[in-house]
Amino acid sequence: MNQEKYLQDIKEIREMMDRSSRFISLSGISGVVAGIIALVSAFVAYQYIYIESDYYTFRAVSLTSDSFWNILVLAVSTLILALGAVLLLTHRTSKKKGQKLWNKQAKRLVASLAIPLFTGGLVCIILIVNGYIGVIAPLTLIFYGLALVNASNYTLDDIRSLGIAEIVLGLTGLYFIGFGLLFWAIGFGLLHIIYGIRMHLKYGS
Amino acid sequence: MKDILNNLDKAFENKVRLGIMSVLMVNDKIDFISLKELLGVTDGNLASHLKNLEKKQYISFEKDFVDRKPNTTYKATDTGKQAFKAHINAIENLLK
Repeated sequence: MNQEKYLQDIKEIREMMDRSSRFISLSGISGVVAGIIALVSAFVAYQYIYIESDYYTFRAVSLTSDSFWNILVLAVSTLILALGAVLLLTHRTSKKKGQKLWNKQAKRLVASLAIPLFTGGLVCIILIVNGYIGVIAPLTLIFYGLALVNASNYTLDDIRSLGIAEIVLGLTGLYFIGFGLLFWAIGFGLLHIIYGIRMHLKYGS
Repeated sequence: MKDILNNLDKAFENKVRLGIMSVLMVNDKIDFISLKELLGVTDGNLASHLKNLEKKQYISFEKDFVDRKPNTTYKATDTGKQAFKAHINAIENLLK
């Protein structure tokens, strides 16, 4: 007769444990939006950096100083747009779930994302300065994946498998070096859209 | 059946106390305000339940100052953790 009450108790315990230790208000829709932004930006970048060389081999990556600045502007605006969309939509979700956006859990999440991301960013800048353009796209995937795996303890479980998928894609892209942008588009575009939809269906946003 | 019921801890019959212990099982420590926000209860309500758990020595607290404001952080004691685990086991057995 008391079964109902105790089942309810167990549910409550689990929810409290999750709410107090994880950031659960990630919005799935924001993943979809970020993914679309990434796809558009990858398409634009494609126009800038790939020279038609040979139909049968991969395309060479080339950057004149003109297109370098274009790419830089593109990269920065992609980052700002995607981050802005994620913050805005996650803010909306957190309101709905009654969790504050900038709470202790969010701070922990951001801190654990930040270390691998900043390291990766610096590595990429150093490589760009030295002219190693081709490895940048796969490296951003790898460091992003590492950051996600690192942060997954503090948020929804799905983030861990997304991170691992990004790492695998990055490594594959590093091997097939001429297709860096393609893998980048799959990782930051398609994967975000797929995971975004999955998380939206699973948790609502 | 009776034995199982005896293992259930009266201290955790209450929703708020159950919530406090759940939070303290997965967080090393937590301050009063964060706890209040998580559980969605009033100051007075939370304080009285915290006092109750303190009396049973299930939790301990520390007072210090953050930006010159008094700040109390709570921790689960080993006794409290064991009692909570025993309580969950009892519930699990009950649901079998």
